[in-house]
Amino acid sequence: MNSKIILVNIFRWFLLLFIQIILLRNLSFYSLATPFVYVLFLLLLPFKIPNLLLYLIAFVTGLTLDAFYDTMGVHTAACVTLTFVRISFIAVTVNKDNFDEPEPTLGNMGFKWFSIYAALCISAHHLVLFFLETFRLTEFSYTLVRCLFSTLFTLFLIILIEFVFYNRKAR
Amino acid sequence: MRNLWIFINRYNAFFFFIIFFTIGLYLTVSNNSYQRSVAVNSTNEVVGKAYTNLNVLKKYLNLGDVNDSLASENAKLKTEVLALKKIDSAKNVVVKDSLSHSQYTYLAARVIKNSITLRNNIITINRGKADGLASGMAVISPGKGVVGYIRDVSDHLATISSLLHKDTKVSVTLKKNNALGTLVWGTKNSDFRKAYIKDVPNHFKIALKDTVVTSGFSSFPPGIPVGRVSNTGIATGDNFLTIEIELFNDFSTLQYVYVIKDKLAEEQKSLESKLPNEQ
Repeated sequence: MNSKIILVNIFRWFLLLFIQIILLRNLSFYSLATPFVYVLFLLLLPFKIPNLLLYLIAFVTGLTLDAFYDTMGVHTAACVTLTFVRISFIAVTVNKDNFDEPEPTLGNMGFKWFSIYAALCISAHHLVLFFLETFRLTEFSYTLVRCLFSTLFTLFLIILIEFVFYNRKAR
Repeated sequence: MRNLWIFINRYNAFFFFIIFFTIGLYLTVSNNSYQRSVAVNSTNEVVGKAYTNLNVLKKYLNLGDVNDSLASENAKLKTEVLALKKIDSAKNVVVKDSLSHSQYTYLAARVIKNSITLRNNIITINRGKADGLASGMAVISPGKGVVGYIRDVSDHLATISSLLHKDTKVSVTLKKNNALGTLVWGTKNSDFRKAYIKDVPNHFKIALKDTVVTSGFSSFPPGIPVGRVSNTGIATGDNFLTIEIELFNDFSTLQYVYVIKDKLAEEQKSLESKLPNEQ
C-alpha cells in the first residue's frame, strides 16, 4: 500500500465527515428518509487492509460521528456491522489471488457488483443504526419504514457520487 | 491449542465483529441510562468548539426571524408592564411574597447545535455549569412553547434533550377544561411540528383548536402555551385518549432559548423522595 492511497483515504475521511456533519445532518424528506453518506468512506477502503485495522477504522469513524450526533455508541455499532458485511461479501465474491484492483469503486468493479455491495452494506448499517437509536420494539414498523427509505436515499446518493467521480480503468 | 488458534484466525472477521459490536452496544446502553459518564458528545471541548464556530456563520441566516420573535415578545412584555402600572397602589395594599413570585428565574442561551431529523434530537447551548445550569432544568423558547430538559452540562456548554426525543415527557393540560395529559413526540410520525398528548381521561370532550399549556407538574412553570389540538380521533385501544397537537414552537429555526431555574426544585425533590415508591 503506497502513501498516495493513504493520503487519498485520509482526505476522503475528512471530506465525507465534514459534509455529513455540516450539511446532511440537517437534511431529511418528511423525517422519513435521512441520508448517511459518510459510509461511502468505509465502502471504498482498499481491499488489502487487514481485518483488525478495518474494524479499528470503522470504530473510530463511528465514534467521531457519535460525538457530533450526540448518539453515543449507535454509529459505532452500525459502522462495525457494516465492516462485517463488507468483509463477508468481499470474501464470497472476490478472488484475491489473481486480482490487482486496489479499491472497490464503481469504476473498478462495475455497476452490478458495486450496487449489490453498497446495498447490502448500507442496509446492514441502517438497520443497526435506526433500531439502536429507537431502542424499543413498540415502534417496530415505523422504524422499519424509516430504515427502508433512508437506505434507498443513501444508496441513491452514493451511486450518484460514484458516477460523478467515475474513472474507468482501461482494461 | 494450535487448532483453536487456526480456527480463530480463519474466522477473525467474525470475532473482531463480536468484540467491537459489543463495545458499541455497551456505549449505547450506558448512554441510555440515567448516569452518563463518558463525555464523547457535544458538551465535549473539541466538538463544542466546532459547533460554536459553525454557528457564528449560521446565525446570520435566521437573523430576521429572531428579530421578529424578539420584537413580538417585547411587545407582549410592554403590554404586561402597562397593565401592571394601572394597579392603584393606594387602594389595594398588597403584600408581595417575594419567594413565590420569584420561584422561577430565566436565563437566555444561544443554540449552537440543533437537529430535527433524528428519532432522538439533542440541542446544544452555550451556557453551562459556570452559569448555574444543572441537568433536569426546563428549557422554553422565547416566543411560545417548550423546548426540553437539560441533559448534560460541562463548564460552558450544555446539551438539552429536546421535546423531539424519546425520553422527554412534559405534563400538560388543556386550557379549557384542565384535562391532564403527558406530552410526547414521535411514536407514530416524526414531523417536528406535531406531537401527541397521551393518557387524557376518556370523559373529556376535546375540541379542535383547543390550546394546550404546561401544567406545572414537571419542572416547567404552569401556563406556558405548548400547542393547539389538531386531531382528536386517534384510536389507541386503551382507556385513555391520545390527542395530536400542532406545536407553537418551530424547532427548525430555534436560535435562542430560556433555561428556567426553579428555586423550589431541590425542596420539592427532597420532600417527594420521602414518599413510598408508588410506581
